[in-house]
Amino acid sequence: MTSIANFITALSRYDFLQSALVTAIMVGVMSGIIGSFIILRGMSLMGDAISHAVLPGVAIAYMLGINMLFGAAVFGILAAVLIGYIATRSKLKTDTSIGVVFSAFYALGFILISLAESSTNLHHILFGNVLAVSDNDMISTAVVLALVIIFVIFMYKELLITSFDPVFAQSYGLNTLVIHYSLMLVLTLVTVSALQTVGIILVVAMLITPAATAFLWTNKMHVMLILAAILGVLASVIGLYFSYTFNWASGPAIVVVAAVGFVFSFLFSPKQGLLFQHRKEPAKRDA
Amino acid sequence: MLKVTNLTVVYDDLPVFKQLAVTFAPGKITGIIGPNGAGKSTLIKGMLGLVKPQSGSASIAGQPLNKQLTRVAYVEQRKDLDLTFPINVFDVVLSGTYGKLGLFRSPGKNEKKQAAAALEQVGLSDYASRQIGNLSGGQLQRVFVARAIAQKADIIILDEPFVGIDLKSEHEIMQILKQWRSAGKIIIVIHHDLNKVTAYFDDLVIMDHGIEAAGPVAQVYTPENIRQVFSDDLSSVLFTSQAGERG
Repeated sequence: MTSIANFITALSRYDFLQSALVTAIMVGVMSGIIGSFIILRGMSLMGDAISHAVLPGVAIAYMLGINMLFGAAVFGILAAVLIGYIATRSKLKTDTSIGVVFSAFYALGFILISLAESSTNLHHILFGNVLAVSDNDMISTAVVLALVIIFVIFMYKELLITSFDPVFAQSYGLNTLVIHYSLMLVLTLVTVSALQTVGIILVVAMLITPAATAFLWTNKMHVMLILAAILGVLASVIGLYFSYTFNWASGPAIVVVAAVGFVFSFLFSPKQGLLFQHRKEPAKRDA
Repeated sequence: MLKVTNLTVVYDDLPVFKQLAVTFAPGKITGIIGPNGAGKSTLIKGMLGLVKPQSGSASIAGQPLNKQLTRVAYVEQRKDLDLTFPINVFDVVLSGTYGKLGLFRSPGKNEKKQAAAALEQVGLSDYASRQIGNLSGGQLQRVFVARAIAQKADIIILDEPFVGIDLKSEHEIMQILKQWRSAGKIIIVIHHDLNKVTAYFDDLVIMDHGIEAAGPVAQVYTPENIRQVFSDDLSSVLFTSQAGERG
């Protein structure tokens, strides 16, 4: 208990901790929302791939001294296009194409980073260091959050229908490719933001775990989005507390908290919690 | 009149059909039959641009169909639908209004009224808030027909709508098709159960990597045509049993 009090005192005292908290909250919201679409579209692997594939972009942006978001966006989209291109132009399946492309990008990123920088920075990029967030990072994160919210509000029905029934969407003339690549672009931006809090290796956990947890509790997509955002925030804030108090890397701390939430829901959620399953079975097809 | 001209679709270097031509008339229910792999679904996908044809196109009143897809309602064959998706029956039907709404606009009061009316027409108003995984196959198919109603389309295309559904649902869907027919719409149904051909369709298209025969059912649904595309056995079973029923 005293450690929580300490944390709160420290929050009121230290700017860096306030920045960390605000950033962690923003990242929790955006990754919960975008992650929900990623898992509903069956694209968890793609989410993982894109989040790793931005690494060369991050390195190049660092070398050029420009905002990481630009470098990441370029390489994220490039990876998404390449993955799609290889899968459609060969008989390879998409997951194979993803495996080839993202590992190549990731490897390239490592080489570029080792050319550009010392190993401390690499450690931060890989595992996150939310306690070292700068004001500029925080502003970038706020811009991305605004973009995510605008994107989801204005494209809500398009995101819904292309996730649920893409062939139907195409059949009434919706350009599903544009929606797909828009989502991939937003995903790369979210990845870069989440990189600060959880690091590149664990970004996928922030995308998937809160969304998967939310999925276990609801049958409505908009409820799932909101719930995933809340869970993302909770994991981020509680994780930050552990990170500060016990001096753990922020990424693993946040991700472990999110995973605990998932395990709890997996056991107890009324929709598909293990403990309820046998009770629910007979009533399922009462139509 | 919905007109398909010179349509060629190629999969993996193998043509499914070449230079196919066929027309579909308004105010008629047109069935498409043919053996597995004959290219029935591919014809529809080629017409709508869901599969890119090597050549040719479909047009309605002289205008290319793939430029006016909001006039089409397509009820796909349900094989790999995600039944765990967090969406309820009402919202599935409501998505039928998305096409005419266009980008950025959300469905409002009118669209919701449209969806509710469509759901009522297929007799599933009580199921509006049910998650779609908790429906029987027949109910689910009626939900997709309700979505087609909500699309307010001029051309309605159904791919194997009666597969794996109960008789009551089949009957109700057939009633909807007849209402569409009375309204002068173009209705196309890919179908596999040859027994129902004469009962369900006005016009018939027989396919086997191209059009084998097309026209009014009475002219097209003959023992010769069925023998040619399917088999001697099937032809004799179908037509002798029908003769038996009549006698």
